[in-house]
Amino acid sequence: MSTQSSDTSTLTDDRTPAPARSQQVRKTKSLGDRTFDLIAASWRPAAVVVGLFIVWWVITTLGWVPAYLIPAPVDVWHTMTSSAGFLWANALVTIYETVAGFIIAAVGGIAIAMWIVYSPNAEKSLYPLLVFAQVIPKVAIAPLFVIWLGFGSAPKVLVAVLVAFFPVVVSTIAGLRSVDPDLLDLASTMGSSQWKTFRKIRFPASLPHVFSGLKVAATLAVIGAVVGEFVGANEGIGYVLLNANGNLNTPMLYAGLVILSAIGIVVFMVIEVAERVFIPWQPSRRVTATAAS
Amino acid sequence: MTSATAIRAGDSETRMVQGDAIRLDDVNFLFTTKRASVEAVRDFSLRVEPGQFVCLVGPSGCGKSTVLKSVGGLIKPTSGTVTVSGTRVVGPRTDIGYVFQKAALLDWRGVKDNILLQAEMRGMARADASRKADALIEMVGLKGFEKSLPHELSGGMQQRVSLCRALLHEPPVLLMDEPFGALDALSRERMNVELHRVWRETGTSVLLVTHSISEAVYLGERVVVMSSRPGTVIADIDVPLPRDRDYIATMGAPEFQATTARVRSLLTE
Repeated sequence: MSTQSSDTSTLTDDRTPAPARSQQVRKTKSLGDRTFDLIAASWRPAAVVVGLFIVWWVITTLGWVPAYLIPAPVDVWHTMTSSAGFLWANALVTIYETVAGFIIAAVGGIAIAMWIVYSPNAEKSLYPLLVFAQVIPKVAIAPLFVIWLGFGSAPKVLVAVLVAFFPVVVSTIAGLRSVDPDLLDLASTMGSSQWKTFRKIRFPASLPHVFSGLKVAATLAVIGAVVGEFVGANEGIGYVLLNANGNLNTPMLYAGLVILSAIGIVVFMVIEVAERVFIPWQPSRRVTATAAS
Repeated sequence: MTSATAIRAGDSETRMVQGDAIRLDDVNFLFTTKRASVEAVRDFSLRVEPGQFVCLVGPSGCGKSTVLKSVGGLIKPTSGTVTVSGTRVVGPRTDIGYVFQKAALLDWRGVKDNILLQAEMRGMARADASRKADALIEMVGLKGFEKSLPHELSGGMQQRVSLCRALLHEPPVLLMDEPFGALDALSRERMNVELHRVWRETGTSVLLVTHSISEAVYLGERVVVMSSRPGTVIADIDVPLPRDRDYIATMGAPEFQATTARVRSLLTE
């Protein structure tokens, strides 16, 4: 680096390019721009959905497939509107089980991950158990939970927890371990306590990983709740599905599926929004921010 | 910046080293893995006087960074003693400032909050720390960027933030581990000029590790040359340049060129 610079003034000023950049990223977008972005992002999946609907509608209207196999979209819609109260009441049960299962899985999963990361003994003794709990088929042990906990919501919540907590644990461990070792060295030169380092550096640094685990967990919790309902329930969307299946009431079956997907999507979106609120600095957001500006 | 700060009465060993900001005596590093043991650093001794700027150069893998880490107490030498400001280094030192090759900033904090991390961790008085941070931000020319997040800054600006953070608690000793190694050549020159100015203004002792010979000679009052593994001191060169150094003039000075040539020949032997 023995290059000779000709002008002293250039030596003290490399700040010019960055202000422009930072302002672009921080600029808030107008409503019109945001609407445009939304349309730009969503027209492709929307087109696919519309296309599938048309295919569905054409097949059923032309009578290629009997209605007890695939009901017409209109019949499903009628079922949903005429049994709206019944469906809503059962959806609430499933939502409750899903959300309760998810929250327990999230809190418990993060706590277990912290324990494992900070204690080598915990890792040795807990990790094999966690893997065991993950690999055992939840459908197979769900009946056991019914025997233990009865027909209420408890066994369903438990299945949801069991299905959902593993991705939280794994991703939180990855997140807590992903922290830049220089930052940990830095913290020790600052005389920081373990707890302060965790609170101010390690936990915030792990959040992007934690949230990707939470997103997976949220969708799995819906599955867990329904599996729990399949095994033994007298309410909930899983129960509605089984019932409709037994009566060959395919429009009701489809209505149940639509509601389950809706629950899954809403839960997922809630986590997405939380992610944007809690980690606006996240690298993946950054790319879209610069690309869009 | 005068002599040692904490000297226990009657401790002849610590009294002996008072006056040195940093002192390493016969430091050895032996890294043992399952397959083999590697002698990384052998009988490394070095003294840095208070307020002095010393650069440590050497080939890749010669243990420069390891030596620096041992001064900060982040790693314990296999044998030998390390002393900072007159007291033995036995664990992480909090009376130092540390700058890494990566800026190591918190992605979720703005410039000023990143600098203030130092104050929060140490429990420094908030208002006082805030004033000091403002002064440092002003000094390195980051005024107006207090709220900018790290990803909105250039590499050179990030490293300035890292420097401010290392200086916030006014440490008597500043340790820098290839701080500008990740910057492009031009930003690197600018940062050299700024670091030199900051050092003249603060009067802190600096031990800087670098690969760059011209950086070492421009910045250092002394350049310590290390051999390849096992790393040890092969030369300790006084740089015959004035304390106030203009960058352009220095680059053209015959003393500068003679010194860089000497360091280069030592490193290519």
